[in-house]
Amino acid sequence: MGFNYHSYLREKMMPHIWCSGCTHGIVTKALIRAIDKAKFDKNKVVVVSGIGCASRMPGYLDFNTLHTTHGRALAFATGVKLANPELHVIVVAGDGDAVAIGGNHFIHSCNRNIDMTLVVLNNNIYGMTGGQRSPTTLEGDISSTSVYGSIGNPIDVVNLAIGAGATFVARTTTYHVHQLESYIYSGLMHKGFSVIDAVSACYTAYGRRNKQRYKSAIDMLNYMKNNVVNISAAREMNSEELKGKIIIGIFKDSLEPEYCEEYQKMINRVKNKT
Amino acid sequence: MADIRFIQGNEACALGAIYAGCRFFAGYPITPSSEVAEMLSEELPLVDGVFIQMEDEIAAMAAIIGASLAGKKSMTATSGPGMSLKLENLGYACITEVPCVIVNVQRGGPSTGLPTSPAQADIMQARWGAHGDHPIIALCPSSVSEMFTETVRAFNLSEMFRTPVIVLSDEIIGHMREKIVIPQEGEIPIVNRKKPKVPPHEYKPFKGEEDFVPPMAAFGEGYRYHVTGLSHNEEGFPIQSGELVHQMNVRMHNKIYKNLDKIIKNEVYMCDDAEIIIFALGGAARSSKGAIRHLREEGIKAGLFRPLTIWPFPEEDLRRVCSRAKNVLVVEMNLGQIVFEVERVLSCMGVKIDGMFDSSGEPFTPLSIVRRVKEIFQR
Amino acid sequence: MASRYEIRLSGSGGQGLILLGIILGETASIYENKNAVQSQSYGPEARGGMSKSDVIISDDEIDYPKAYNVDFLLALTQQSFDRYTKEVKKGGIVLYDSTLVHSPKEGDYRLIGLPLHETAVRDIGKSMVINIVSLGAIVKISNIVTIENTEKALLKRVPKGTEELNKKAFYAGVSLAK
Ligand SMILES: Cc1ncc(C[n+]2csc(CCOP(=O)(O)OP(=O)(O)O)c2C)c(N)n1
Ligand code: SF4
Ligand SMILES: [Mg+2]
Repeated sequence: MGFNYHSYLREKMMPHIWCSGCTHGIVTKALIRAIDKAKFDKNKVVVVSGIGCASRMPGYLDFNTLHTTHGRALAFATGVKLANPELHVIVVAGDGDAVAIGGNHFIHSCNRNIDMTLVVLNNNIYGMTGGQRSPTTLEGDISSTSVYGSIGNPIDVVNLAIGAGATFVARTTTYHVHQLESYIYSGLMHKGFSVIDAVSACYTAYGRRNKQRYKSAIDMLNYMKNNVVNISAAREMNSEELKGKIIIGIFKDSLEPEYCEEYQKMINRVKNKT
Repeated sequence: MADIRFIQGNEACALGAIYAGCRFFAGYPITPSSEVAEMLSEELPLVDGVFIQMEDEIAAMAAIIGASLAGKKSMTATSGPGMSLKLENLGYACITEVPCVIVNVQRGGPSTGLPTSPAQADIMQARWGAHGDHPIIALCPSSVSEMFTETVRAFNLSEMFRTPVIVLSDEIIGHMREKIVIPQEGEIPIVNRKKPKVPPHEYKPFKGEEDFVPPMAAFGEGYRYHVTGLSHNEEGFPIQSGELVHQMNVRMHNKIYKNLDKIIKNEVYMCDDAEIIIFALGGAARSSKGAIRHLREEGIKAGLFRPLTIWPFPEEDLRRVCSRAKNVLVVEMNLGQIVFEVERVLSCMGVKIDGMFDSSGEPFTPLSIVRRVKEIFQR
Repeated sequence: MASRYEIRLSGSGGQGLILLGIILGETASIYENKNAVQSQSYGPEARGGMSKSDVIISDDEIDYPKAYNVDFLLALTQQSFDRYTKEVKKGGIVLYDSTLVHSPKEGDYRLIGLPLHETAVRDIGKSMVINIVSLGAIVKISNIVTIENTEKALLKRVPKGTEELNKKAFYAGVSLAK
């Protein structure tokens, strides 16, 4: 029997705004299954987002939901979590949201290691505003603001998260739906700040403009399927072999002091003294 | 025994916040407001509150909104450049009707300007800085005691009306030390936001009651509602209907403008027989009072109208107090901002309005105001 | 409002003038039930260069928080002497350090030169306590607050373990002014 999503959805909000072929729905479903598996009390789940197609997701979910300003979701979420550490705080963000306008918040959230989970719906483009270049747009690719090809290296969300100190970092694609659910679940269970880079597809604003790789929305998923390399295999490959590949897997999983707990310890320490 | 202290305005602000029930502060250091953050970093843990220094002012503003939604009374404090960064999410707090307090200890601008000198040049920014139509409440303390009491009032108003409230102070008031008698517990009533009385499936988080203010549930209390910065309906979901959007905006306007009696507060000093009324706020009002002392000694009938609530603007009170005066002098530490509001409100009343403006970062001396008043009378 | 009394403490950064102002303000407001306001110059000025701290004491409400009609000026450097004596009112008092201020100009004020710095160095053994020596002299000369109350405020304000040293410096100042 299939999974019953209904009890997690605000069905009166349907139809959703996403285009056909958009993979944001795939991430939504994976997130729902992960939360279900985690057996969280719905009343204690808060899903926070910024602005963008990806960020519309919380509106469809029957939790406490907070649709904020572009790039700032993590900062809002930080306030929610610190104010009530009992809550399970999950942030969903587009690539623009997470690492362009929200880049500073991203870095500092990774560094603080507050017990929250960030899922980046990384479609390499600004979907909502019609397909402008994002920091994860691949070099040479066409967007409405890189009509002659995007210049420069895309930001690697995983490397950025690791460098900034996130304690659980994983990547997979929207083709690998079971793995996506499993990584999100691991992120939810992880004590500390977890980042899941969910490689996503936006045919409307990105794929369409890059026919050299994609002829259809389905092609974008097939591309993921055919070009992933597991992290263990990737370690044996050189940079030439890795060109154009998507490395997936769990990149980091470590237990380090968590901010809310450390803060509580500090309170106890100073209150005992006075 | 009375708790008498000799402390800075910014410290009094921090203590006022704790008194009002503030249990969450997020900020980013900036002169001349940092003492607020410094003191709260020390005080909040002692009352199981949270202090966090964020990566910038945008994040700090976001964090206090998040904390307020999770049920904590929350505050941030900043100055000029930081205030500019807060505006994005200040607008968010307005449209989502999230109570919170923003302290702006004004310094000289624009941009980095005069970090350690006072100014009052963010008055219009407080009113209109966030884009879009939105009402706002802004309070202007003029002493260390008022930094305490107006911060408490800011929290009370923000809770009462589900709205962000700005405490618009300035470097003079923020940094000076002055005697303050700390109010006893219970001396100033504390207001807490109203909670829904209906079960979750009947709850409409953005449906105003008779006072136009919707009850507010905290995240985690079982109400599971949606909060968005998009124009939304009473249930909190995005809408396109122009008519509904307009209705929502009008209600948010009404919750402030139809409750003015609960929000407006002024000091009216020696105005009964005054031929000239000085209109001034915050630090400039202290200089003006000094001037009135000298003027009265010389037999010149001068008085002071000092709004403690600058937004919404005290239109009716100002008209009433100025009904018999011949002259009004607006004294402000900027190149002329609130004078336009005074002119608008007193137009057609036959009173002559002058302005005294300065952006040097030096407070007006009482004697400079005395000279100006005499010039006006000699004209 | 004849009771308004304006004190300006001026010198260079590091002479502890802000603390001196705070102790005067605390004495008046906490121990003498008067009103007091203290303000200071901030920014580059307060970082080693010229420093000033104003204290207003009054039985009535204090409006303007800065000194502009100075009753009592303390000048611990020549530069601050030159700059601020202009703002001293007729008949006001100018107390200056007799070694740090080499050419004190006469004016419409009562001029008092005392070896504040020397006393701090010689009698107490710490140039740092020049502010506390000055405090003793100011209180003795101005009579604006009592010596006993100032001692109370002083002892509450200074770091633990330094009470005796500061008390000694304070009374050295009081004696100088006799
Ligand atoms: C401060 C601000 N700047 C710009 C915008 C316009 N804007 C809305 S969504 C968006 C980009 C969204 O891209 P992404 O985060 O990748 O999400 P996607 O739509 O691709 O899911 C932009 C630039 C905005 N809403 N706010
Ligand atoms: S524009 Fe792209 S990201 Fe947005 S809904 Fe359509 S496919 Fe999805
Ligand atoms: Mg995107």
